[in-house]
Amino acid sequence: MRGMSSIVQVIARLLAGMLFLYGTYIVMHGHLTPGGGFAGGVLIAAAFILISLAFGSVEQTERSSYTLSSVVESLGGVMFLSLALVGYLFGTFFFSNALTYYIGKPLQLISGGIILPANIAIGVKVGAGLYAIFLALGASRFVMKD
Amino acid sequence: MIELYVLLAAMLVAALVAIQIKDLLAAAVALGIVGFSVAIMFILLQAPDLAIVQIVIETLTVVFFAAVILRTTNTDTTIANGLKRDLVFPTVAYVTFGVVFLIFVGRALAELPSFGSPTMLVAREYIALGLEKTGAANVVASIILDFRGYDTLGEATVLFTAVVGVLTIMRRTGRKEQNSEERG
Repeated sequence: MRGMSSIVQVIARLLAGMLFLYGTYIVMHGHLTPGGGFAGGVLIAAAFILISLAFGSVEQTERSSYTLSSVVESLGGVMFLSLALVGYLFGTFFFSNALTYYIGKPLQLISGGIILPANIAIGVKVGAGLYAIFLALGASRFVMKD
Repeated sequence: MIELYVLLAAMLVAALVAIQIKDLLAAAVALGIVGFSVAIMFILLQAPDLAIVQIVIETLTVVFFAAVILRTTNTDTTIANGLKRDLVFPTVAYVTFGVVFLIFVGRALAELPSFGSPTMLVAREYIALGLEKTGAANVVASIILDFRGYDTLGEATVLFTAVVGVLTIMRRTGRKEQNSEERG
């Protein structure tokens, strides 16, 4: 993938950090404000996509980030599933939010039991998954070359 | 309520037609009837947002099918004429099982509150007890990640499947060359 002009690169450098930060904020505050893992994950993926569109990349980096993002995507899924199993540790059912009675007070950042970590897991999963799809589709010209 | 049953009957007939008819364009139209009946049912059940999505998707699907059929072939050659002998036993078995199943389902569903009433029976609990039970100030988050965690797990699985599908189609490793496949 070729990069874009230096105007785009400067603006992208400014925006990408803010996009990533805003996505992280939406993921972290999913249990307090509108948003959550899905919306925040898309924003995080958008930051990565913006960077790779603006600056371009060589085939070698794309291959490695392609592998890395699909691994991270699966890790997010595993994390979400293991959070669902937390209920068993407390002697209740699958997906029960038993932690909420032990950790934090309502309306604070650390509250809501497994909702916050589950939002993070979904955010990781969605962000990495969308970036992997972008790499697979956007960089598909290399498929022809191989 | 009677219009729902009329729609259901129309959908059943249209689905059977779509499977059995030889003219593929007619089959696509029958499929469209099923989809648009679902859209009308969503409207009758007061779910307009779902109905909008269903109408859009269904229109796209029928247009897509029609475009493909007009460009390729119009007749389905896999449908045989007449009743086949070896299909009689499976048909009888399926119909028998269906009747038995429906009898039991009818018994079980009679215990439930009647269809569509009272609305908001479950949602009222979620809204009232959301903060207290989950500790999450955002009601939506408390519903999708606590009360209805299974739904979110399914959604995450859908996304995972989409990613796996794209990566499988577009993958770079493990793909055979066209020639080597032909050689076997």
